Amino acid sequence: MSLTWAMALLVLAPLAAAALSFALPAIGRWLALATVAAVGSAVVRVAELVLGGGVQVHRVGGWSAPLGINLRADGLAVLMLAITAIVGGVVTLYTPAYLAANRSSPGQRQRFWSPFLLLWTALDALFLSSDIFNLYVTLELLALAAVTLVALVGKRPALEAAMRYLFVSLAASLLYLLGVGLVYGQYATLDLALLAERSATGGPTLWVAASVMSGGLLAKAALFPMHFWLPPAHANAPAPVSALLSSLVVKGSFYILLRLWFEGFSGLMTPAAAQLFGALGAAAILWGSLNALLAPRLKRLVAYSTVAQLGYLFLLVPLAAGPGDGFTAWSGGLIFLGAHACAKAAMFLSAGNMLHAAGNDRIRDLDGVTHVLPLSAFSFGLSGMSLVGLPPSGGFAGKWLLLRAAIARGQWWWVATLLVGSLLAAAYVIRVLLHAFTRVEAPARHRPVPRVMEWTALGLAALAAGLGFAASGSATLLRVGAPWPPAGVGRG
Amino acid sequence: MPEASPTLYLLAGALLFAIGFHSLLVQPHVLRRVMALNVMGVGVFLLFAALAARTRGETPDPVPHAMVLTGIVVSVCATGLALALAHRLEAAEEEEREDESAGDGRQARAEHEETDR
Repeated sequence: MSLTWAMALLVLAPLAAAALSFALPAIGRWLALATVAAVGSAVVRVAELVLGGGVQVHRVGGWSAPLGINLRADGLAVLMLAITAIVGGVVTLYTPAYLAANRSSPGQRQRFWSPFLLLWTALDALFLSSDIFNLYVTLELLALAAVTLVALVGKRPALEAAMRYLFVSLAASLLYLLGVGLVYGQYATLDLALLAERSATGGPTLWVAASVMSGGLLAKAALFPMHFWLPPAHANAPAPVSALLSSLVVKGSFYILLRLWFEGFSGLMTPAAAQLFGALGAAAILWGSLNALLAPRLKRLVAYSTVAQLGYLFLLVPLAAGPGDGFTAWSGGLIFLGAHACAKAAMFLSAGNMLHAAGNDRIRDLDGVTHVLPLSAFSFGLSGMSLVGLPPSGGFAGKWLLLRAAIARGQWWWVATLLVGSLLAAAYVIRVLLHAFTRVEAPARHRPVPRVMEWTALGLAALAAGLGFAASGSATLLRVGAPWPPAGVGRG
Repeated sequence: MPEASPTLYLLAGALLFAIGFHSLLVQPHVLRRVMALNVMGVGVFLLFAALAARTRGETPDPVPHAMVLTGIVVSVCATGLALALAHRLEAAEEEEREDESAGDGRQARAEHEETDR
């Protein structure tokens, strides 16, 4: 498969499937399975090309950068594409059983596939985009698909959460677009690489543009204190949708922030700006974890855990920015991102199983759930292991690299944040497990859970728990196109 | 007719954006908030057009115009989704009111409050 074909498949396969499943909803499930195969093989091919030949660029239609649209794949983009394909594939296997078990009407069962495949299209296009306007379009597509999925249940709490999500999302996108206009007015380019050259000196317009763009993206990435919309939206959605939202959608905005601050606007990255990102991340870790500890319901707990875990991603910024080796923290943060995507999706899926079995997800009603759902309780524990950061999980590898970077840079306050965050995560995971493993005389009556729902969640949780073994491979991949020279001395 | 300078349009765009943003934050009604978002969008588009006139002497730069066109398409889609959602939400609220007046209102409300936590 040539580069052109592989990149085209990554975007066009889910897009075509989305359009077809809208027209022929009855075969949506099979179209999604075909997409998994097509996108999966395309990701493998692009990964081979990137590992063998460095950063890959495809000019769509043969038009080059200022007029045409460039698709660009480096190590970071390939990592994100791969995570999307893995989580998307698992959700494709899990959802038919979930919808059938919940006695959804045939209409409800079929409506899932089109927005799901559109969401996948938007994510793939986002990770391959290399100009700031294209990123805006994919960001909007992503938001519209995500809002539709949240509203799918059709009950009032879900609709209210979807509406609030839509308003926050659209306002944030417009803020981002405003910044795009200002940047173009000043530098007459939208391309990230050209921007990096032209904007090296900074200036007040660029600061204003960077601020409004980042403000919008932080709201979409649900970084504290802009996280308020996330828990209701993620907790009221059906389990497979929550998994997609928490593991993939919020990371789209984080990805753009990285592209902006480490590539396009790298001239603006002052120590103060970097520390500000880190401070917001630390606040998110504490606030999210505390709320997760206090949440009365399981899905609410998992959603607040996402708020906390997103904070860790932002610790990457102060530890990777500035002179010196930034790659340790860069790879640590991104391995953490991959681990969180798998672990959080697994956690939402296993929470969905427990909710289905028990009929509700009040944590105090989970007593003895291991009697009926040993596999799901085990998956919950395994994914919790990665969130806490126990070896050999991916969460451990990521946190370890971040810790090493913090110690090497003498920024001890991030060391403390990482440790306190891990303790809090352990506390809220154990809180659930204590209930789950409580011995009860007569377990309450439970609805049966289809086996495929348990095994898919377990597979993803096992992947997260073992991802630490793939850390050095991921680092090799991430090295391709990373904003540091291979020797790790100074910045290019 | 004397031509207004691009700066005027630039300021008008920024002002529209600010007005829209303010309404989005303070207006309680869903329809007004959808309109506020559209006003914000128009502000951004005006800004793009003004920048196009300012950056390239005689002939305006076509790239911002292309971006505005794309932006309008996106904003139409988003408005459509917002209106459809608002419609569904209203129907769901009405259904709940009917349930309440039908007698099992207390139970429905309690369930709703619980899921809301």
